[in-house]
Amino acid sequence: MATTAKLQNYFEAFNEMEARGEASEPVWLHQLRSEGWASFSANGFPTVRDEDWRFTSLAPLTRTPFRRATAADDLIPGIEALHLSGAACRLVFVNGRFAPGLSATGNLPAGLQVSSLVQALGDKTGGAEQHLGRYVNLRRDAFAALNTALWEDGAYIRIRRGARIEQPVHLLFLSTTGGAPTMTHPRTLIVAEPASQAVIVEDYVSSGNGAAFSNSVTELVAAGDAIVSHYLVERENYDSFNVSTLRIEQARGANVSSHSILLGGGLVRNNVHPVLNGPGAECLINGLFVGAGRQHLDNYMLVEHASPNGSSRQFYNGILDQQARGVFHGRIVVHKDAQKTDAKQTNRNLLLSDDARIDTKPQLEIRADDVKCTHGATIGRIEDEPLFYLRSRGLDERSARNLLLYAFAAECLDRMMEQPARDFVEELIQKRLREIANAEQQASPSSQEARADASPEEVA
Amino acid sequence: MSLLEIKNLRAAVEGHEILKGVNLTINPGEVHSIMGPNGSGKSTLAQVLARRDTFEVTGGEILYNGKDLLRMKPEEAACEGVFLAFQYPVEIPGIGNAYFLRSAINAIRKYRGEDEMDAMDFLPLFRENLKLLEMDEKLMNRSVNEGFSGGEKKRNEILQMAMLQPKLAILDETDSGLDIDALKIVARGVNALRGPERSMLVITHYQRLLNYIVPDFVHVLVDGQIARSGGPELARELEETGYGWAEPATQQALPA
Ligand SMILES: Nc1ncnc2c1ncn2[C@@H]1O[C@H](COP(=O)(O)OP(=O)(O)O)[C@@H](O)[C@H]1O
Ligand SMILES: [Mg+2]
Repeated sequence: MATTAKLQNYFEAFNEMEARGEASEPVWLHQLRSEGWASFSANGFPTVRDEDWRFTSLAPLTRTPFRRATAADDLIPGIEALHLSGAACRLVFVNGRFAPGLSATGNLPAGLQVSSLVQALGDKTGGAEQHLGRYVNLRRDAFAALNTALWEDGAYIRIRRGARIEQPVHLLFLSTTGGAPTMTHPRTLIVAEPASQAVIVEDYVSSGNGAAFSNSVTELVAAGDAIVSHYLVERENYDSFNVSTLRIEQARGANVSSHSILLGGGLVRNNVHPVLNGPGAECLINGLFVGAGRQHLDNYMLVEHASPNGSSRQFYNGILDQQARGVFHGRIVVHKDAQKTDAKQTNRNLLLSDDARIDTKPQLEIRADDVKCTHGATIGRIEDEPLFYLRSRGLDERSARNLLLYAFAAECLDRMMEQPARDFVEELIQKRLREIANAEQQASPSSQEARADASPEEVA
Repeated sequence: MSLLEIKNLRAAVEGHEILKGVNLTINPGEVHSIMGPNGSGKSTLAQVLARRDTFEVTGGEILYNGKDLLRMKPEEAACEGVFLAFQYPVEIPGIGNAYFLRSAINAIRKYRGEDEMDAMDFLPLFRENLKLLEMDEKLMNRSVNEGFSGGEKKRNEILQMAMLQPKLAILDETDSGLDIDALKIVARGVNALRGPERSMLVITHYQRLLNYIVPDFVHVLVDGQIARSGGPELARELEETGYGWAEPATQQALPA
């Protein structure tokens, strides 16, 4: 096919993985990789002619010859600053490979099992092989297929039946950039057994400038009555490409929250795909995306109700400045048997400049007859009234704007119930909003001042 | 020296002139009331004083404390001691009342080169003023004015005024929408702040409020100009005669 030349680098990477896999990987895994590669190589990357990619051109990604990252260096200066304090444990992956020296996995709370995925599959006792690859759709999803073909490592997290783990598990994915553009395909599996509880923070960071491509897939399996909160934090540099796919499988009564916080990255695609596959499952899809410069932040939600009495809530807020572009595509599918489904979707956006742009698209496919489904989207600017109100109490324009941006972001923060994860992301959000408010201030000198200077000298 | 001197002030919005030459002088410690029919420009005057840039000043000048108020941004005016209690207080979801107030106090302190007020000093002062205005502390955990009743919003304006201790307080129809009990509470709050160092401009459509906040001077604004000035008795006279005598002028002033 025409795109094959472009995919040469991926083909080489696959050959390397194949050679390695043949020696060390079980047959089923080897087959899974081949399936992933077969699907990816047959279809290539999607284009804007594909309805699911209408608003996001992958041209900048496909024309960059990403190579597999070389061996990870265990010495990352300043890495402590990236830690989530109060976490139950921390697994660090540098350029897609587990870095035990940077990780902290001792003294785990009872019922929590964590390791790298490679270790988990080597153990055979952990149950990882039962789930890996069972939930993503390799045929439909090019990036999941590519990840399945090329993943080198990632995290495996298992929460035992009934165990309630309050402190978050911190997964830190670090790309060292600066040389030739590199790619990683982190693969994570989270298995929450019946009535267990956990908080997982997936955190993507780059150390250095320059392009890297991170294509992650996380399969999150929530068994009956499990309660899982998943946080995705994207704070990579603005040259980065980040495609993440969170596939959530929910059994009866499982309650899953997905919080996506997109602050960094140049071209970002955030796929969240829960399937409510047991009666009475509940899911909250909460997100905040903040873009400036030429950032392109695309959020693709696919919420599938496959069983009765399920409830899903989607709330995404976007803040876009300068030439940043945002996409919110919220698809809700209610299958035939999913009666009494209650699905709601809200996307609110603040555009801070004339050049910023948001494309928001709801897509409801309802095949059951007794359902409640609502959606709504708003696009606005910082309003003059609250801005004046704050300034009339003494806050300067920059602080007032910053406060209003924060208030808008706080709608998402207020849905994050777990400490210290919430404080952790709040601090990152505040830092990003301050940068934006400062940039705003520099871009536009106060209109008030200009006006006062322009006013005629009244008493001649 | 007078605290506020408005000379021949003219202001327009979207090319439509609203204030057509307002003259007013307020000395320290004085309470002035501005009355007048709806649409005569009372809120416009208040907002120009608070430096809202929606209104274009087309002529005249305002000296505040000897400084050119028209060159100040809203936050500078606020930091110099100008406070506007809004006719329609704004709801700001996501920003807590207490946080907002402390930020405002500290912004003003910073402007004046003073130390920040910490939570330890803030809280007792805050509680004292809440009590003065008979406000529930729980209300303060909510976002600014969010879900407040009309009366609660107006009380919140006076609470902010009590916390910020302005030199010039402008109250824009703080009485509208208040029942008599709430009106008394608000008036008590305002009267507690009267003093030789503080001047007030009390804007109202009705005389009722002026039974509780007795002004030193009353002015009647009609069609963007002060038509009459007098003492508190002028307010009582207006209560009886209404603004009927001013109607033809306002009607002419209305856009077609
Ligand atoms: N933002 C605005 N845009 C257009 N017209 C306005 C605006 N604000 C006030 N006006 C007009 O200016 C006139 C005076 O309004 P205002 O100052 O609010 O009067 P008052 O407070 O005395 O009732 C009215 O005719 C009103 O419609
Ligand atoms: Mg008014």
